[in-house]
Amino acid sequence: MSGTHAHSAAFVRDAMLPQEPPPATSVGALGWLRQNLFSSWLNAILTVLSLALIGYVLAAILPWIFQSSWSAGSLAECRDQIKAAYGSEASGACWAVIRERWLQLIFGFYPSELYWRPILGFALALAGMAPVLFTGLPRKMLYLSLAAPFVVPWLLWGGTVWLPVSVALGFVLGYAAQRIVAPLAGGLLGAVVAGLLPVLWWFLLAGPFATLLHQIGPLGIEPVSSRNFGGFMLSITIGLTAIALSLPIGVLLALGRQSDLFILRAICVGFIELIRGVPLITLLFVASLLLNYFMPPGTNFDIILRVIIMVTLFASAYMAEVIRGGLAALPKGQYEAADALGLDYWKAQRLVVMPQALKISIPGIVSTFIGVFKDTTLVSIIGLLDPVGFSNSIRADVNWNGIVWELYGFIALMFFVFCFSMSRYSMYLERKLRTEHR
Amino acid sequence: MKKSVILGALTVAACAAGAAGAATLDDVKARGKLNCGTNTGLVGFAAPDANGDWQGFDVAVCRAVAAAVLGDSSAVEFVPTTGKTRFTALASGEIDMLVRNTTWTFSRDVDLKFTFVGVNYYDGQGFMVPKALGVSSAKELDGATVCIQTGTTTELNLADFFRVNNITYEPVPIETNEQAQQQYLAGACDVYTTDASGLAATRATFEDPTAHVVLPEIISKEPLGPLVRHGDDEWADIVRWTLNALIAAEEYGVTSANIDELAAAPTTNPEINRLLGTEGTLGEMLGLPADWAVKAIKAGGNYGELFEKYIGQNTPIGLARGLNAQWTDGGLMYAPPFR
Repeated sequence: MSGTHAHSAAFVRDAMLPQEPPPATSVGALGWLRQNLFSSWLNAILTVLSLALIGYVLAAILPWIFQSSWSAGSLAECRDQIKAAYGSEASGACWAVIRERWLQLIFGFYPSELYWRPILGFALALAGMAPVLFTGLPRKMLYLSLAAPFVVPWLLWGGTVWLPVSVALGFVLGYAAQRIVAPLAGGLLGAVVAGLLPVLWWFLLAGPFATLLHQIGPLGIEPVSSRNFGGFMLSITIGLTAIALSLPIGVLLALGRQSDLFILRAICVGFIELIRGVPLITLLFVASLLLNYFMPPGTNFDIILRVIIMVTLFASAYMAEVIRGGLAALPKGQYEAADALGLDYWKAQRLVVMPQALKISIPGIVSTFIGVFKDTTLVSIIGLLDPVGFSNSIRADVNWNGIVWELYGFIALMFFVFCFSMSRYSMYLERKLRTEHR
Repeated sequence: MKKSVILGALTVAACAAGAAGAATLDDVKARGKLNCGTNTGLVGFAAPDANGDWQGFDVAVCRAVAAAVLGDSSAVEFVPTTGKTRFTALASGEIDMLVRNTTWTFSRDVDLKFTFVGVNYYDGQGFMVPKALGVSSAKELDGATVCIQTGTTTELNLADFFRVNNITYEPVPIETNEQAQQQYLAGACDVYTTDASGLAATRATFEDPTAHVVLPEIISKEPLGPLVRHGDDEWADIVRWTLNALIAAEEYGVTSANIDELAAAPTTNPEINRLLGTEGTLGEMLGLPADWAVKAIKAGGNYGELFEKYIGQNTPIGLARGLNAQWTDGGLMYAPPFR
């Protein structure tokens, strides 16, 4: 073929050229730079300006972070050490305050010889959440998830081992009632009895039962009062409980809001709108101040418990609306398809509607979680010593009065670690569940 | 997790409800701990140290009362309160007494139904300015920008002072003391005003304290003292006379160093003997052991020792005794006779 025109063309290539590597300016680091940072004159200018700005900021911050003192015993000593080491004009961070007080910022006033308890509790809580969060893990770990809600509070507050046992018994009672009554007297009555029986048990009998068992077999660990809770331990206790409880309560509220039953719907709408209509700080003031007036004098209803309840209610109301958004995004055909398959209401919700609605709502759910976790710092206003509240107490020490950025920087870093991991998990979950446009 | 605590709380509630009618002293004895409301943190007055133990001038009063009542200065449960929660905490019985740099005012005493048992620190509102401003009196502050905490009596005092002196100012509202420090140092305001003790503590934290002066004018009366609920006079007496014992001990020269010696046997001074329980039955009248005052004074020292330890000239805060000196030294500290 190539020979056909040999007489009319000066040169004809008769072999395929080997593949050349792309030009050096479009591959590797150089190519990436050209493509992303210097693709046009305007972009080049913007890149240079941005780099200059970043450099300017870092030039101010980095010396402050690294020309620091880690070993001083007071702010004045810090300043002397920094001046001695880096010249009289230098000003640097006084990280010594973090070195001296980081355990307090994490555990508050929790007795130091018992630090293993919150650490173990936190590890158990994580281990209990893991099989729920990551489906790849062995299913046997779910037993851990069942035990964690009872074991972790026991580890934190201590006391007799029979109290969590007795509380857990309430759930067993409810389950047994459901299994026994439902076949005999119908589903509705079964559900009512299964709901009522545990509540009666918890309020009337569980306490004396635990006391009785404790008298028979006194097994327990040293109790720690709520007043000793503080720092990140307090934030995590409040945040994690609110997060874990708000999702199921939010799902129920969202379903209740869409229900055909008028009274149920009215209660759910009323609850959601009432809670969303007031700021969290108002609810916290109700928890810490108003309840004191309502309850009989001398009543000592644990303040952390009050706060946990309020934060949970608050988060649930927001969660309900996020999930309602997911439910509203589902095409009507999905509901009808579930009906057409002959599924009853709960089965339809569990197998068809909720998995899709929750998947749609993941970003909203996780940002509610993150918001709730950060909102726990508001408890400092009612006198609980969360990290922000504790930073104030540390500043009240004569040695550390006047230290601001170091403490807030440390607290911000810790919060960032928690919130960023939640956000990364949500992205992982979204990628994993992205089934339709693969 | 919630349920278990609900149960615990309910059990406690049931027990507490039964005991609600009893006197505070009996409650404290039964509990074995004094619930003392204090500050979440105020330099020199209340702050947790690195071991988590509360220290400070207000805290010392709590410890003295615990020592007098329970014989153990560490038998105190400190309940940190904020300016918003302190009165509810006391009224609801969550705490037995409140020592949180609280100003004794008419409405708090009468309307809020509390009993102020005395004054442990006479404070007053002052002004701090940079030396470079060249101001030597608050009356020269015409047109100045003033950093001031909102919603406090300091705000009202300031307005009164400037109106009376017919000069103008521009307020820069701030929320907390640390914020005020930052604003003041950044030059957002010419003047920072708050209680004089707070000014001294703030000034002590500056890199160069000598570049700032506290002006001589004190524009308000802030008698700070411990308070208890109305209606339990026996308990109020205990707190009142514990504070008086600390003050009287300084007057009579009873210190933590010589108290063991003085309390061992009756001395030649009958007033000291009555105070320390080697003569008379003052402790019995209060419903406390005879050596109640000895324990209270040993908890941290007499009033003067506490002052020097936490806020005095040798501390970074460096407050002079001023109004808080003994009446014999021209101050206002005057304990009624122990008789």
